[in-house]
Amino acid sequence: MSETPTHIEFGEYSRRVPPNIPAAVQQATARFLEHRQARVDEMPQWEDLRQAASDLRLHTLLHLDTYLEKLESRVSAAGGVVHWARDAAEACEIVLEIARAHKVRRAVKVKSMATEEIGLNQALAAAGIQALETDLGEFIIQLAGTGPSHIVAPAVHLTKEEIAALFSEKLGVQAPADPVQLTEIAHAALREKFLEADMGISGGNFLVAETGTLVIVTNEGNGRMCTTLPDLHVAVVGIDKVIPDWESLAVLLKLLARSATGVKISTYTSFISGPRAVEGEGGPREFHLVLLDNGRSRLLQDPLGRETLKCIRCGCCLNVCPVYKNVGGFAYGWFISGPVGAIFSPQILGVEAARQLPFASTLCGACADVCPVKIPIPEILLHLRQRVVEGDEFGGPAVARVVQVGAKTAALAFGTPWLYRLGARLLPWLSAPAQRQGWLAALPPPANRWTKVRPFPAFAARFRQWWKGRHPRKQP
Amino acid sequence: MISASMAIQAQLFITCLSEHFYPGVLEKMTALLERLGVELIFPEEQTCCGQPFYNSGFQNQARDLAEKWLNAFGRSPAPVVSPSGSCVEMVRHQYPRLFKEGTQQHALAQDLSQRTFELTEFLVHQLKIIDVGATFPHTVTYHASCHYLRGLGLRSEAQQLLRAVRGLELAPMQDEEVCCGFGGVFSVIFPEVSQAMMESKVQNILNSGAEAVVACDAGCLMNIGGGLRKAGSAVRAMHIIEILASQG
Repeated sequence: MSETPTHIEFGEYSRRVPPNIPAAVQQATARFLEHRQARVDEMPQWEDLRQAASDLRLHTLLHLDTYLEKLESRVSAAGGVVHWARDAAEACEIVLEIARAHKVRRAVKVKSMATEEIGLNQALAAAGIQALETDLGEFIIQLAGTGPSHIVAPAVHLTKEEIAALFSEKLGVQAPADPVQLTEIAHAALREKFLEADMGISGGNFLVAETGTLVIVTNEGNGRMCTTLPDLHVAVVGIDKVIPDWESLAVLLKLLARSATGVKISTYTSFISGPRAVEGEGGPREFHLVLLDNGRSRLLQDPLGRETLKCIRCGCCLNVCPVYKNVGGFAYGWFISGPVGAIFSPQILGVEAARQLPFASTLCGACADVCPVKIPIPEILLHLRQRVVEGDEFGGPAVARVVQVGAKTAALAFGTPWLYRLGARLLPWLSAPAQRQGWLAALPPPANRWTKVRPFPAFAARFRQWWKGRHPRKQP
Repeated sequence: MISASMAIQAQLFITCLSEHFYPGVLEKMTALLERLGVELIFPEEQTCCGQPFYNSGFQNQARDLAEKWLNAFGRSPAPVVSPSGSCVEMVRHQYPRLFKEGTQQHALAQDLSQRTFELTEFLVHQLKIIDVGATFPHTVTYHASCHYLRGLGLRSEAQQLLRAVRGLELAPMQDEEVCCGFGGVFSVIFPEVSQAMMESKVQNILNSGAEAVVACDAGCLMNIGGGLRKAGSAVRAMHIIEILASQG
């Protein structure tokens, strides 16, 4: 699932969603939203914070080169090594090279969407390096052999009963369906691994250019364990995660955890500025930062599309999205799902590979209302829909000719008043035999896609004649 | 601003969905506005605002229809009133985006975008009327249509008008603000997901105990109304105008 997809069939995937997933997702996301609302209600400055966050993120994107260079210079000054990865393959190769140079056999990982994006675990496994996920949710899905189905809670689609069954099967233990005990079982399994590992791999929530600091936000101790116990720490972070300074960080940290799960701040927030500074101190001897582009810089060219890169990966848009909550994350075909996935994937992979995703939305706007950095998601979806059907500088139209012809014909009919009015008069007569009590139970394809689900109202246009009767001499 | 006693003109933007499927709503809207002292104009060459094309990615077709719409309604300086939150959202927010700044069409789009109103916002904010003299002694529950609520920011207008209706009891609905699953083309591109969302909405309506569900958008009503009928429910899906025009 975290291999780079070449064709995302949202329609097909959404039809094959296991029936238990929507309920599990709805239960978990309802809790996140309830807690988030309590936090928002406590903060009269919430909207100001959102605006400030949106402004600073956009500012950073518009000066990304400057901030990335500053970041590199600060990280290097602190003794870290900065690598620049053009794409997923290059990023994996860089990590593998570092691992080979240090004869790494076992790595422990903090949850990282960027490493899912590049398929790092698969690349490591192919090179004979065991990479163990230590975030509870990632640990679970690693056992299950799938990718994450939510940005913040990767195993949100599984119930505690399913997790218990998974642990029993894969770990050979008696696992009760109790969250506290399941967590203890996972921790026991993981405890030794931290000590045995040759390398810690993480992503990053933010990169503070001012001081060259990697910020990692977790609710479990695994973030610290992975980045301080092994001698080697490698972080893979998208270039869009850089922010100018600590003031910006303060704004974003106020928004992140509250938006994600409704806590004021996560249990652990780690600030890593290079490897250990003093011998005898804790921390790795070597710190490597792999900056990942993978299409992000190309996206900067699009004045509307680039707002996608403001994302701080809080997952709140997933939590409010009624489409996401009815299909779960896997239907979106890549590591990132929900509303942000529907705009990120087509822009990074290209509209050809992900042409259905911009349409996997009713444009209800619930996401835009909650996004802490005010990404105009519905606007971007509309923009991407246009790219799919009309093509753009990146590629030609990605819809069938018949659809294009259909749309042009329909537009002609709608746009020619006498033709439109004729249709309004004729349709009630034409459909009269099929209508019962004001409803049409069945329509011909493709409109039968509606009537398979519920009846269609009968055609009943009569206003223009009624108006003429009421106002015989009125002129427009 | 303008009091109901002063003669005010307004142009009727009837919308393609209401024209074809809810003619009664249009007739009641006309009668209601005229009863409240509004002199109505009906530009005959109106057809569709182009939103279905815009939302499907066919922005060139949408632009053509938008131009025609602007010409139809641009002739008169009177404000435009419509029974559809989504169509008004299209005119207000999307029309200016469709035309290049500095062009005549863009100027016309800006002009119309500022004087095109959804019906409830026209009543509450332009006519300054909340009690339209309606009577509807039934329990109703309210579904907040997405473009009406989030697109136009109309968070209380419908409720204010409903609370002033004699005999009406407003029953709360769980997930009142959650999308019903219509989404225009979405309902036919991803019918299974649309169905799941519609069924959740129908269940919430049934759980409210109301005799009717009221909304301000024909698309939602088509979806929800069809869903209620399929579920064999006697609960009616009504446009707010039907209630506001009701006299008992």
